[in-house]
Amino acid sequence: MEIKLAVKIGQLILKNPVMVASGTFGYAEEFDDFIDLKKLGAVVTKTITLKPRKGNPGPRTCETPAGMLNSIGLENPGADKFIAEKLPIIKKVGVPAIVSIASEGDPEEFVVLARKLEKTEGVSAIELNISCPNIREKSRLISQDTKATYDLVKSVRLVTTKTLITKLSPNVTSIIEIAKAAEEAGSDALALINTLTGMSIDVNRRKPKIASIVAGLSGPAIKPVAVRMVWEVYQKAKIPLIGMGGIMNTEDGLEFLIAGASAIAIGTLNFVNPGSSVQIIEGLKKYMAKLKINDIKDIVGSLKT
Amino acid sequence: MAHQEQVKILENKKIGANYFELVFRSAKIAKSALPGQFVDIKVDASVMPLLRRPLSIHSVKGINIALLYEVLGKGTEILSGHKPGEYLDIIGPLGNGFSAGGKMPAMLVAGGMGVAPLVFLAEKLKSAKRLVLIGAKTKKQILCVKEFEKAGCEVKVATDDGSSGFKGRVTDLLERVLADNPKAGIFSCGPKPMLKAICALAGTNNIRAEISLEEHMACGIGACLGCVVDTKEGMKRVCKEGPVFEAGKIIWR
Repeated sequence: MEIKLAVKIGQLILKNPVMVASGTFGYAEEFDDFIDLKKLGAVVTKTITLKPRKGNPGPRTCETPAGMLNSIGLENPGADKFIAEKLPIIKKVGVPAIVSIASEGDPEEFVVLARKLEKTEGVSAIELNISCPNIREKSRLISQDTKATYDLVKSVRLVTTKTLITKLSPNVTSIIEIAKAAEEAGSDALALINTLTGMSIDVNRRKPKIASIVAGLSGPAIKPVAVRMVWEVYQKAKIPLIGMGGIMNTEDGLEFLIAGASAIAIGTLNFVNPGSSVQIIEGLKKYMAKLKINDIKDIVGSLKT
Repeated sequence: MAHQEQVKILENKKIGANYFELVFRSAKIAKSALPGQFVDIKVDASVMPLLRRPLSIHSVKGINIALLYEVLGKGTEILSGHKPGEYLDIIGPLGNGFSAGGKMPAMLVAGGMGVAPLVFLAEKLKSAKRLVLIGAKTKKQILCVKEFEKAGCEVKVATDDGSSGFKGRVTDLLERVLADNPKAGIFSCGPKPMLKAICALAGTNNIRAEISLEEHMACGIGACLGCVVDTKEGMKRVCKEGPVFEAGKIIWR
């Protein structure tokens, strides 16, 4: 039986639905020792900003029950250095590069970045990171405001023909409203979820375990929240969803697909087991063979209720 | 090149109050391991703890690799419970090691568990003259004196309470010893305040020093940017450009 794993996200056809989440895979080169990178459906890069960014002071990470907190603060070499030095490495591997972008304050930076990437060969898609909780300049995230989300996606949509993915925050009252705003503004797909905000305290020193106090929670601890949000958004959205949040194995990935995600992204698991993404691709094939499902699309949104 | 491997534990024995030595077999890691590099260990298959535990390479004998660790939390406690014959999921060797190739006299300065990578360095250093200074709070916490002597080093000890060797900090001992060894290079590993003092001493005496830093790590392979330190050349990852850095490059906060 031939197993069809290919999925379509906007204009982008992925040979399989397994990608790696932004911020958990560097710029792919860090994983070259551990996996055959070209087997991945796509690589989503660490978020880039227009100018180089130093990021937040340390400590930046701490372990929590079945998860971890991080507040990296979007440290990155800036768009030009990324295009000159990092993107060619991913291009050479021959795996689709989804470039994650963010602004340091002025939303106009998203537009400038999108224009720059529009002209850059080797950029397969753009992911709008409007949901990073670790930027101090912002009191509120774009992804926490329906109108701000609509306006931002719309302004980027006007300057790019590339596949546009909007990454959503779980730190909202209704993720459905934000998802709909992004869809109406012309986003080709939605990626969900970014980290949940959290904090952790060293009781002996009475100090926060992360220097910036509040940080983003990821890992298996957040998976049920993420699956629920994918399922909620799937029922209202017409565009494809990329599901993520605490996937630790094939079964976790399947939960997201069944809940309605067309593709999945491996995040924190890359830190624990750098070879895991490719193992999950193999795991999906085994599951499909066992259940005699020949097209992955037949799994997407197949939840029986 | 780093590898992910299931390695067989040969030994995992208590060597002091809360200290353990674990020996495992890996031809691949042994072949390329450099002093100062580390391995990243998944202590068990569960998600609690979720992340790997980085431990510096303590010694390499043939294809047997030894790690020295102190039980400090849940991760190291689980690690200490493993028996010979069991397997561990390990990634390594990782990071940037010490420059062991020079022939100039060397001073190895360890604070507490900082002895762990310095034994491997002592075994590999080309220098004819190798002086090791070990500091700790008390005599019980002074580790590896025999290993260093076996590797042909002269060893001096400093304890805060004077229960062994020089009474005072190891950096005070270093300051005294430096007068007799003005041309020596320093290699050091230990707690941050000690490393900071060493950087200051190296600066004022105009001598080359390499220090091994420790930071919380999530991935250990340079992807998460969780373990960065501020340097004169920008933010650097302890797991990738480090853990060993030239002392003069670190910007201390």
